[in-house]
Amino acid sequence: MNKVVKNAEEAITGIKSGMTLMLGGFGLCGIPENSLKALAKSKINNLTCISNNAGVDDFGLGVLLRYKQIRKMISSYVGENKEFERQFLSGELEVELNPQGTLAERIRAGGAGIPAFFVPAGYGTEFAVGKEVREFNGKMHLLELALTADFSIVKAKYGDTSGNLIYNNTANNFNNMMAMAGKITIAEVEELVPAGELNPNHIHTPGIFVNRIFKGENYEKRIEFETTK
Amino acid sequence: MALNKNQIAQRIAKELQDGYYVNLGIGIPTLVANYIPEGISVTLQSENGLLGIGPFPEKGKSDADLINAGKQTVTALPGASFFDSATSFAMIRGGHVDLTVLGAFEVSEKGDIASWKIPGKMVKGPGGAMDLVASAKNIIVAMMHTNPEGESKLLKSCTLPLTGVNCVKNIVTDLAFLKVTKEGFKLLERAPGVSVEEIIKATEGKLIVEGEIPEMEF
Repeated sequence: MNKVVKNAEEAITGIKSGMTLMLGGFGLCGIPENSLKALAKSKINNLTCISNNAGVDDFGLGVLLRYKQIRKMISSYVGENKEFERQFLSGELEVELNPQGTLAERIRAGGAGIPAFFVPAGYGTEFAVGKEVREFNGKMHLLELALTADFSIVKAKYGDTSGNLIYNNTANNFNNMMAMAGKITIAEVEELVPAGELNPNHIHTPGIFVNRIFKGENYEKRIEFETTK
Repeated sequence: MALNKNQIAQRIAKELQDGYYVNLGIGIPTLVANYIPEGISVTLQSENGLLGIGPFPEKGKSDADLINAGKQTVTALPGASFFDSATSFAMIRGGHVDLTVLGAFEVSEKGDIASWKIPGKMVKGPGGAMDLVASAKNIIVAMMHTNPEGESKLLKSCTLPLTGVNCVKNIVTDLAFLKVTKEGFKLLERAPGVSVEEIIKATEGKLIVEGEIPEMEF
């Protein structure tokens, strides 16, 4: 079976308006730049996007927001984006915020076939409203539901033709779990090599989770807050 | 004299112990990294997937794939490791992180903390703060004792949306080092030159003052 596709345009084939997408990355680190650009060029809209953050005004998911392609965001932290703020305050954009670890685990659980689980984060806060509360080991926990997506789009440093992925430094973040939780998972990679060239001991995401893979190009890898000594 | 932000961080750093894994929040908590006592080994965790945070990079050596949870470029120390966000929060939720230091808008005498949202202003989201306060073995809040309007941030009950309940263990402010007990805020130390009366005046929640309160030592 050939998982390799030519480019982002071919990779996003089948994504339709109204679908739910997961998009990897933390801030602008490890985001699938090529696929995001292809989505922005498409006229696909009314999307539900699950992503830790919402990009900045002119980069990452921020571009899809600008073109009003997103109906709902499921995230943990959405600062750094004025257009997001405007659409949220005007009611154009629906937003579901999550504690970050809860979001990560909801995605991991979705990929791992666990429909729901209990965590202590958010107990006693507005995040507990409407959720089942249960005590374990003397501590209160909230029932959280798993997340899955019609398509997950992730980005890795290296990939092979079997779909195995290796991330670079902190660019792993949400990518590894999201790769597991998509009905169809698209991976874009900086370097695509034939099966057998990556050391199997070093694989982060096994190829079983990846349906389509392509070599991305012209990575901008923008830095949000460059800080030096 | 009330402490400045660096001195607050310096006092908190004295609480670090050899072998600690520590998560430092954004703002004053980040400064704690500058005052890790000599002779002890402390490993800093960043919830976006890095254990072993190093200093900021040299100019021109920034790596877009190497950032902290505040999205600033950082470096990784020898012995560091990278991992995904679910593993990162397994470290936090599983109680493997020894100490969390974070900022706050308000703390209540019961140890509740409000730090993520001011209604009417932009909501940015909780990020990892709710997971951290719900599970950390020890939480130290670093903040000013009063807000810019001079109102106490150490309250009977928090007025802002909560980040977590009954979780804060210690607080270091510009005026004092306090412990949260079942009975209220217990004053342990005062900033050099700050009187107990000044601290009482700046604290709205129940403050317990027993015996002579020593000045902080640096």
